[in-house]
This record gives sequence, C-alpha cells and structure tokens, in this order.
Amino acid sequence: MEEDQGLERGKSVFFEEAGELLAELEDALLELEDAPDDQELIGSVFRAMHTIKGSGAMFGFDEVSSFTHEVETVFDLVRAGAIPVTKNLIDLTLAARDQIMAMLDASRGGEPADDERAEEITGALRMLLPRGGVGDEADTGRVAGADKGAPLSGAGEDVGEESSYRIRFRPEPEIFSTGSNPLHLLNELSELGECRIIAQTDALPTIHEIDPEACYIYWDIVLTTSKGINAIRDVFIFVEDTSELHIEVIDKPDATDDETETEYKRLGEILVERGDVKPKDLERALESQKRIGEVLVEQELVNPAKIRSALEEQRHVRTVRKKRKAKETLSSIRVASPKLDQLVNLVGELVTVQARLSQVAVSRNDPQLIFLDEEVERLTSELRGNTMSIRMLPIGTTFSKFRRLVRDLARDLAKEVTMTTEGAETELDKTVIEKLNDPLVHLIRNSIDHGIEPPDVREAAGKPREGTVHLSAVHSGAHVLIRISDDGAGIDPEVIRAKAVEKGLISPDIEMSDKEIFSVLFAPGFSTARTVSNVSGRGVGMDVVKTNVESLRGSIDLTSEKGKGTTVTLKLPLTLAIIEGLLARIGDEHYVLPLSTVEECVELVSRESDGSGRRRLANIRGEIIPYIHLREQFHIGGERPDIEQIVVTRVDGDRIGLVVDEVIGEQQTVIKTMGKLCNGLKEISGATILGDGTVALILDVPNMIHSAMTG
Amino acid sequence: MDKTILTADDSASVRQMVAFTLKGAGYQVIEASDGEDALSKLDGSPVHMVITDLNMPKLDGIGLIKRVRSSTKYRFIPIIMLTTESQASKKQEGRKAGATGWIVKPFKPDQLLAVVKKVLR
Repeated sequence: MEEDQGLERGKSVFFEEAGELLAELEDALLELEDAPDDQELIGSVFRAMHTIKGSGAMFGFDEVSSFTHEVETVFDLVRAGAIPVTKNLIDLTLAARDQIMAMLDASRGGEPADDERAEEITGALRMLLPRGGVGDEADTGRVAGADKGAPLSGAGEDVGEESSYRIRFRPEPEIFSTGSNPLHLLNELSELGECRIIAQTDALPTIHEIDPEACYIYWDIVLTTSKGINAIRDVFIFVEDTSELHIEVIDKPDATDDETETEYKRLGEILVERGDVKPKDLERALESQKRIGEVLVEQELVNPAKIRSALEEQRHVRTVRKKRKAKETLSSIRVASPKLDQLVNLVGELVTVQARLSQVAVSRNDPQLIFLDEEVERLTSELRGNTMSIRMLPIGTTFSKFRRLVRDLARDLAKEVTMTTEGAETELDKTVIEKLNDPLVHLIRNSIDHGIEPPDVREAAGKPREGTVHLSAVHSGAHVLIRISDDGAGIDPEVIRAKAVEKGLISPDIEMSDKEIFSVLFAPGFSTARTVSNVSGRGVGMDVVKTNVESLRGSIDLTSEKGKGTTVTLKLPLTLAIIEGLLARIGDEHYVLPLSTVEECVELVSRESDGSGRRRLANIRGEIIPYIHLREQFHIGGERPDIEQIVVTRVDGDRIGLVVDEVIGEQQTVIKTMGKLCNGLKEISGATILGDGTVALILDVPNMIHSAMTG
Repeated sequence: MDKTILTADDSASVRQMVAFTLKGAGYQVIEASDGEDALSKLDGSPVHMVITDLNMPKLDGIGLIKRVRSSTKYRFIPIIMLTTESQASKKQEGRKAGATGWIVKPFKPDQLLAVVKKVLR
C-alpha cells in the first residue's frame, strides 16, 4: 500500500517536474542556437533528457522513456564532441521536446500522441549518429533495468531443498574505503541458514607493517541453506568483482542415498578440494600413519587455521546429515528383506485365489457372491500395489556405491575420471536392483578401462583431461532405462568387425550396419582389449552382462561414436514378481505372454502363405511379418480353429507374430519358478496359476523366437 | 535507532519516491538536489548513508562520491549510486570513486529497501 502511494505521489511530481524540464529545455535549445559551443548548455540539455528518461521509466512511462533515450543518445555524443550542434539538430530536438510533451499529455488522459511523428523524429535523429557502433553501449542500458543491477529481487525465497555450500570470501584489502563492511556481508550470509564462519588470518602482516584501514582477513564459510546459490551470490553482489569469491556445493540431500550414511569426506580430501594442500603433499603425509592434520601442520604444508576450517566443514556437514537422517528415520522403520519377500509371495497367492473366487462367483451367478468378489478384487489390487511399492528402492543407493569404484579404478589405471549421476531417485524393484549390481560394475569398468583415454591422450584430442562416466536412470512406461555413458574413445566398428572375423564369429564378406557390428560385442567369447588388464578382461564378457540383464527380463543396447564415447542402455522391468501378461489359449493349454513384448493382436485370416517351412509370412496392413505357429512349436494336437489370432511381438527391434487359437485377455500374472527340472527350458520363463486352478506357462518370448528360428 | 540517509538527485520525482519509501521504513531522510547541495547538507547533522544519482548539475554523482570519500568524517559510509546506465563502464567509474553499490533505475521501492538494508545493517 505504502509503496503504491509512494509511486502515485511520485507520478504527480514527475508530471510537474517534466513540465518544468521541458520548459527549461526549450530555453536552453534556443540559447544553444546562438552559442553552439556552450558546454554548459549542452550538458543541461543532456541532463534534462536523462532525467525525463530515468524518472519516466521509474514511474512506468516506458514510451516516453524509450523515446527520450534516443535524444539522450545523440546529446551524449554532442557532449563528447562527436556530433556538432547544427540547426538541424536543434530543430529535431525541439520537435522531440514537443513530442515528449504530447506523450506526457496523452498519458495524463489527453489526446493520444502521434506515433508516426515519433518514428520520424527518431529516424532523423539516428541519421545524425556516426556510422558503426552508434551508442551501442548506451543501448544495452536501455530503459529496462533488467540486469543484475537490481539485486535481491526474489532473494529470500526457498528455491528447493537444503544444500550445503563451501564459500571462501577474500575481499580486496581496500574494501573499507568503498563503504562496504565485510561483517555486514557475513551477517547477511548467516541469515540465509545454518552457517559456520572461520576467519583466516595468515595474511596479517606484523604490527609494524599493518595498515589499520586495510582488510587482511579472509573467511571460510560453510553454509546450509534452501535459498539456492543465487541468494548467496546476491549477498556479495557489490563486492564480487573486487573480491576473491569461491562458492561450491558440498552437500545435497541426495548426496547420501544410503540413509545410514552420515559420514563426510576425509580431512585430506577437503583440503585438496579447497586447494589448500597439493594432492602430492597429501599422499606423502598420509604415508606417515599419524593424524593427517598434525602431519601437515608439522611439515608446514598448511597452517592450523586451514585445518580448523576444514574440520569445521566436516563437522558441519556431518551434523546436517545427521539431522536430515533423523528427520527421515522418524517416519520409517527397517524390515528384514526376507519378510518382505514373504509378503510378496503371500500377496501373489492371494491374487491367485482371488482369480479363482471371481470365476466361481461368475459361474454361480449369485449377486451376493459377485458383490463380495468385487470388493475382494479391489482390496487385493490395492494390496498388491502397496506391497510392490514397499519393495521399490531408489537406484541411487547403487549409484553411490560406484563412486568409490570409479575413483579406485581411475587411480589404478592412472586416468582422471569423474562420475556424474542423474535420476538417482528412480525406483526399481529391490530384486532388480540387487541383480543389477554386477552388470553395472562390469559396464563401468569397461567404460573406464576401454573407454576413457589416459589424460594426455585426451588432452591431445582436445578433450578435457578428466573423463566423465555418466549414470542415469529414467522411467519409461513399465520399464526403467539405465544408461552408462562415457566421453571416451568410443568403439571403432572396423576393429570389432576385424576381430569378429578373426574369431570366426562372422564371415568376412557379410555387409553389416554399425548397430549389427556392435551386437557382436555381446556374443559369447568376445573381448577386444588388446591386453588383459588388471581391471577388466578377466573372462567375464559382455555376453554375461547380456545374459544377466535378460534374466531380469530386460534388454541391452549399445551405441558408440568413435572419438566421442559410448553409451550402454539397459531396459529393465519395474518389478519381477508380478507382470502384466496376455493370456492366450492353444487347444486346452494356456500360455501367458509378457505384455511388455506384445505390440498388437490381429486375426490370421489368410492362409495363403501357410504352406511350407517353419517361417511363414503374414500381411498386416501392408507390412510383411514373419510368424510362428505355437501349436506346431509345442506339438499340440487337435484341430486348428478356422480363425486364429496372431500376437505381434517386438524383439530386438523386429516384429514377429506368434499364432495362437484365441487371445483371452490381459491378466495380472504372479510368476512362479518352475524348479530345477525345467531349468533347461529356455522358451519358458515360469508358470502361473489361473483362476480355475490350472497352470499356464509363461513364455520367454525372445528365447522362444530365437529357438524357433534356429531350431 | 533511526538512521539518516541523504539522497541526492536532480529529479524531484525520484527524490520524492526515495524519500517516501525510506521514511516509510523508519529512516530519516535528507534531500539534496545536486552534488554541491549534498556536500553542504552533509556538514550538518550526522548522516549514515548516501544515495546519489550520477547525472546532476553543478557536481555530479561521481564527483560527490570522490568528495565524500576524501572527507575524514564520511570516508567509510556506504554510498549507493542510482543509475540508468547499467553498463559496466559507468558502474566501474563509480566503484573506482568509492561507491559501495548501485541500483539501476527504474527500481521498485522494495528493491531500494533491500539494498539499503544490505549496506546499512
């Protein structure tokens, strides 16, 4: 309210003031005509324009302001002696003055100003400007004040989760002579959140040399705030040009994915990150087996205040993490995972029994029973969803485990590698995450060992010395995509090809796309590393990774660009225990096809191409799709119905049809393993119990198709 | 404790708005219409902060800043410059002369107060 009043009053004063200024302007211009070299007159014309422009913008008269800006630009150059005072200039400026008057009248509710006239005047004024780079500088500063010169706008608002920052602020020694007080800044900073400030006094000279008006002290600050880094920068806005200011994020809520983890970096690490100790010195000091801080101080590699500051940071972050953990644990309990597995099994049984109940209820046609059944069905489905969600864990836990792996591998191989992650909060079934560990370790090893080049090689190739391994996880329908990408050397398809030919995996004269060549990488017994290093190439090849991923009902895909890097994408189902299946019948047998592989179902009407061979072709909306007769494949006797159905599946990018007698429908399928006897059956991944108590086999579609094609 | 702020601007409307905003926040305000006027008013009662326009007749903002900084009484007080020129050169000149910070016109009353609060805690 007060602000509005201030603006309103300001406005009315502005009109008065502008009127006076315009009157003075007219006088000054007429005088200037007689005395074109009078600097004072030129200055007063410029100032009048400048004031009208600035105040006009203040009170929202943007048109007046931007128009006046044009005149001001010209007079700025007149003032600098770049444009002479001519009669033409004075005529134009007088016209501009009248135009401004008209514009002001218009904004007070008078007749609207003539826009064309304004254009004419600005056009003519611009003609006066010297060619090239005309008032460029002035132009950038136009009426709007939208640069960072309007500080603190929006400061004080939370911009998300709490993060911790490490700040080193070293003002210029002359800071006091600009009226700034570093203590004010530190106080302002401490208002942003929990804050520890350590003064560094090592630059203080002896008392004889000291200048009492200079600032010799600098500060290390650890701050935990939810206001974001811009709020921190805003604190230092007036001094950041003249000060040394480093702001780094050292802790974020997702930095500790493992709830139990409240530990923070070691002292040595912090000192190296801060640049207070050289990595080499740290290594040497670590050899002595004593407390690292003491050793470093003893050897005069760092002063005690720096150690104190780093220890403070350690303590601060630990406290913040502990608090955060306390908050989290307040609302959660720990349960042994076998109990969870049991719960899932029981829910599975319940789903099965419920399906039977439905069937009985329908066949009895008893309204009361049907009603009860519907209730039970609703509850069961909710229970199932809930139970499944309990088993979901964020993949970040796994990601953060790899930090150490990356660090150690890089050290062993004398490479510089950082790991970045994305989507750590993406949730996956506990079992999937557990089984994912080995394949991911293998892929990360590959990236660092074969992908990322040694630092010197990278530098020579124009890349940063430090390589990056990026882990990301995103949801994609009923799947999660996990990507491991590196910015290393990439894979040369020709090398792979040559190797594959050498190993007899492909014949030399075959035409292959890069994608096909890369798929050879997953063939058993393929390894391209020229030498077997300590890290990878110990007999576990990509084929094992592929098998592992497929056992999770996932798939793997690799893309690579030579010189740029490699990306491996794993596509995994959200959960393993219950799948969405498509129930189909052949004769008296029932089969479940995982819905994730099914694209569509169509009727197989034409049997023209049905005559011979294992592979038949169907024409579906103009697309030729090979199909497999499951009845033949499984040697099921009996008559084929007149109209059969094709279930079109997509496997490794190819569409392949599976012919069944009848598609019954979608069904929540609880997967039961089939026991050791059936271990050799690649085409079947498990079994499930249907509503009437019979067993349906769950098809492993990719393997099924593979064996049908080759068998 | 009420702090006193001196605002120097040749535009009465801007002065009016600055003064109204600051008074509303509990500051004492002294108004000056140019640099020389500001200097003479600084000689009177104690001032805790100066807000000055850059383009003013008689003595401009940069000149005012230099004079204030060379006085014994006020060499360490915060000085904020008001400027329509947001580009580096003008700001740099003001900084060199000893300005503490700047506000780019047009500004809103709460932006002004935020800056005042920042340098005059």
